[in-house]
Amino acid sequence: MANTYDAIIIGGGHNGLVCAAYLAKAGRKVLVLERRHVLGGAAVTEELHPGFHFSVCSYVVSLFRPHIIRELELAKHGLELIPLESSFLPLPDGDSLCRWSDSHRTRREISRFSAKDAEIYPEFGLAMSKMAQFAKQIIDNPAPDPASMKPSELMRLLRLTKEFRGLGSDLMHMQMQLMTMSALEFLDLWFESEVLKAPMSVSGIIGTFLGVRSPGTAYVLLHHYMGEIDGAFRSWGFSKGGTGTISLAIANAARAHGAEIRTESPVDHVLIEHGQAVGVVMPNGDEIRAKTIVSGLDPNRTFLKMVGESNLDDDFVTQIKRFKLRGSSGKVNLAVDRLPEFSCRSGSEHLRGDVAICPGIDYLEKAYDEAKYGDFSRRPYINMVVPSVVDPTVAPPGKHIISCFVQYAPYNIKEGAEHWPERREAFGETVIDTLEEYIPNLRETILFKQVLTPWDLEQEFGLTEGNIFHGELSPEQLLFQRPTSGWAKYRTPVKNLWMCASGTHPGGGIMGAPGELAAKMMLKTGGV
Amino acid sequence: MPIPSPFHPRTFELCTSLHFKDWAGYHAVCRYDTYHEREYFAFRHASGMIDVTPLFKYDIMGPDAEAFLSHVMVKNIAKLKHDQVTYCCWCDQRGKLIDEGTVWRFDDNTFRVTAAEPSLSWFDRNKRGYDVSIVDVTEQIAAVSLQGPTSRDILKLASDADLDNLKFFRMTPATIDGFDVVITRTGYTGDLVYEIWTPNKHACVLWDALMDAGKTYGIEPAGLDAMDITRVEAGFIMNGVDYYSANHCLIENRMSTPYEAALGWTVNLKREPFVGQEALIREKEQGPDREFVGLVLDWDEYEALQAAWGLPPEICNEAWRDPRPIYTPDGRQVGYATSGAWSPTLKQNLALATINTPFSAIGTELRIEVTVEYERKTIKAMVSDKPFFDPPRKRS
Repeated sequence: MANTYDAIIIGGGHNGLVCAAYLAKAGRKVLVLERRHVLGGAAVTEELHPGFHFSVCSYVVSLFRPHIIRELELAKHGLELIPLESSFLPLPDGDSLCRWSDSHRTRREISRFSAKDAEIYPEFGLAMSKMAQFAKQIIDNPAPDPASMKPSELMRLLRLTKEFRGLGSDLMHMQMQLMTMSALEFLDLWFESEVLKAPMSVSGIIGTFLGVRSPGTAYVLLHHYMGEIDGAFRSWGFSKGGTGTISLAIANAARAHGAEIRTESPVDHVLIEHGQAVGVVMPNGDEIRAKTIVSGLDPNRTFLKMVGESNLDDDFVTQIKRFKLRGSSGKVNLAVDRLPEFSCRSGSEHLRGDVAICPGIDYLEKAYDEAKYGDFSRRPYINMVVPSVVDPTVAPPGKHIISCFVQYAPYNIKEGAEHWPERREAFGETVIDTLEEYIPNLRETILFKQVLTPWDLEQEFGLTEGNIFHGELSPEQLLFQRPTSGWAKYRTPVKNLWMCASGTHPGGGIMGAPGELAAKMMLKTGGV
Repeated sequence: MPIPSPFHPRTFELCTSLHFKDWAGYHAVCRYDTYHEREYFAFRHASGMIDVTPLFKYDIMGPDAEAFLSHVMVKNIAKLKHDQVTYCCWCDQRGKLIDEGTVWRFDDNTFRVTAAEPSLSWFDRNKRGYDVSIVDVTEQIAAVSLQGPTSRDILKLASDADLDNLKFFRMTPATIDGFDVVITRTGYTGDLVYEIWTPNKHACVLWDALMDAGKTYGIEPAGLDAMDITRVEAGFIMNGVDYYSANHCLIENRMSTPYEAALGWTVNLKREPFVGQEALIREKEQGPDREFVGLVLDWDEYEALQAAWGLPPEICNEAWRDPRPIYTPDGRQVGYATSGAWSPTLKQNLALATINTPFSAIGTELRIEVTVEYERKTIKAMVSDKPFFDPPRKRS
């Protein structure tokens, strides 16, 4: 039977769409099937309350690869990024710290807490930029495979080793620290002020079920420094119209190259004949066939739900089951009738970037402690943004959107994950109570509230165990081991089935890299 | 010594960077804060408000005003309707550009001209035989430009004008806070734009009214640095940067014709005689020797040159206006770029250039000089269509 499509991509998340766009650009006939009514997966904008356009899940962008923007001409297709101008930390004692893009202003802010840290801060930024520059060639290429004896792989390893040695001994040492240490230990090597270290260390735990003192979190910190906007590392931006605009721009590019994209088209499972993926089966039993099937879902969902254990060998199933997901965060989205007013700082200039609720290291560790024993944090770490300040299109005039990333909210609460819905309200209230310690009248300004627990992230957005990265970004789950060793190059043990999402190298965030690298790998190796 | 504009009490207070420069003899804000990014993004995502008082303004009145302007301008001003504004340029007898600006028609016999440079004497020299009076109102009229996607919403809130029916390049009288203004749908950013004109004495009240109305629409006071980037994105030519007024040039090579400056579309040749007509007819027949075009600079080649030094690509976040030579791929110089900017919106490195005609066609691959780690190199630059950025809201 003739195949209608060269490739079917399961899931219209941003990586699935990037993959589709690259395949379509190369002349392949591509079909994207998205379960929900709207494209984007976790990079999605929805008008949840009239006039309020929420970035429902992911809310800022930095890691999205600049060359993908160029190659897919995403600016032409509607992508617009607006930089975050600051990082604001309110403190319970009425003090606060704001880090700005203006370096001298930042120096003066930090020096109120430590004159030494204030001067080291730019040095740290420079060192991290060098790390990010080195990391760039790793994230912009398929993971090198140290177990392979293929000449091309050996050459790549050799080149990387050369580059690595080129960093010089200080930075080589730093790279090792980043791969092994905890975020806090790593920052302790540089800084003395806890007021500075606390908000910096949280980059090491985002999306991870670890604490700032847990080894391995320094890498996650680096992961958040690798982003690049207009040539500047460590810069973050809002996507105009919400993060869904990124997905729609990619979808526009894919369609312009001839890809077909269907929403409200859930796939029930991958059709496997004689050990090969040959198509997908819809819930009503309809089959759509293609030469290649590409999964934009996480590894757990791909193999255990779409393929089925019976089609895989036991070792592989065990590895996939051991792949750590354990979501640790939730999301609270608020529509408010005025700008939030922090009691520790007046005005709104400090709301043009992100706001971190993490007043100290012990605060963060305590928050993690509660999560370790199956509860959400009574006083969680919150990363809050008010995108409507810089992008008035997302809320009616004078009104605002507050987006809160909340950690820790473990998927496996002690009552069992399926009991999250009963605790959802309490979780939301905890977040608002926490914020009210800094924004006293917040509750009375709320017009609409959406609370997403890890359970909701799983049920609604298909993120298994609510993991926003399709799998933790811990060192043992990175590079040639993402999602498992031997299957880190987007191929799977099932012939003609590929992976293209955050569960593969180089991982999560609105990055687009897995989708791009998967597509290029398929094209290069004749996989599609 | 520059003088303060009527908005100075406001702009000076807000300009925490104290970053001013001289614009036509006025103190003009370059950027209010240390960096101009916020102002740039306000232009593209909310609204930026910029003091444009330094533009030269002339009121042209009298029974022959229409005939006089048609005579001195390359465009047939007789076709201009009441409450319409047009963009055009004016030339000397040799067809060489003197300046460009807007011409507005209030009624049969009343017009206003805006210009980048003092133009009174040029108009005066050409008015013999026309029953017309020319009054320089530059120092009587204050003007702010409100540019960006929320500009219409802000003006709706601040004024009584019927803005839904004010089309692109039209104008309307209106009142703001009880005093009279004129609103023109014009600007220099290639976005949804308005300019508001009023006698000097109302300037600060106008500023306050707009800032107040704009509070919920993301309004930001903006300076010239941010506008410089937006005007490159819009592909607009600039007097004194991309070309020079024939009045100031020592040599002919330095002068430009409208056809060379990509302003040929403003020239109406077939009509009553006008200044420069004969020369422009000849120029049109022969075709210009060079053309003002857009260039998109290649990213990969630039990144590779930086990488050879172990550097990440460096992006200058300010617009530049130091001329840079342009070569053919085989190394012959065929023109020069006069301004450029990295576009944070388009994610492209843009330039505006004057290129010899055989090489000025869209899609031609040229090379532009760049400096990498103090060394002169060249990278690929593709001749591209202007405007680079042209959102539908501009005309909506």
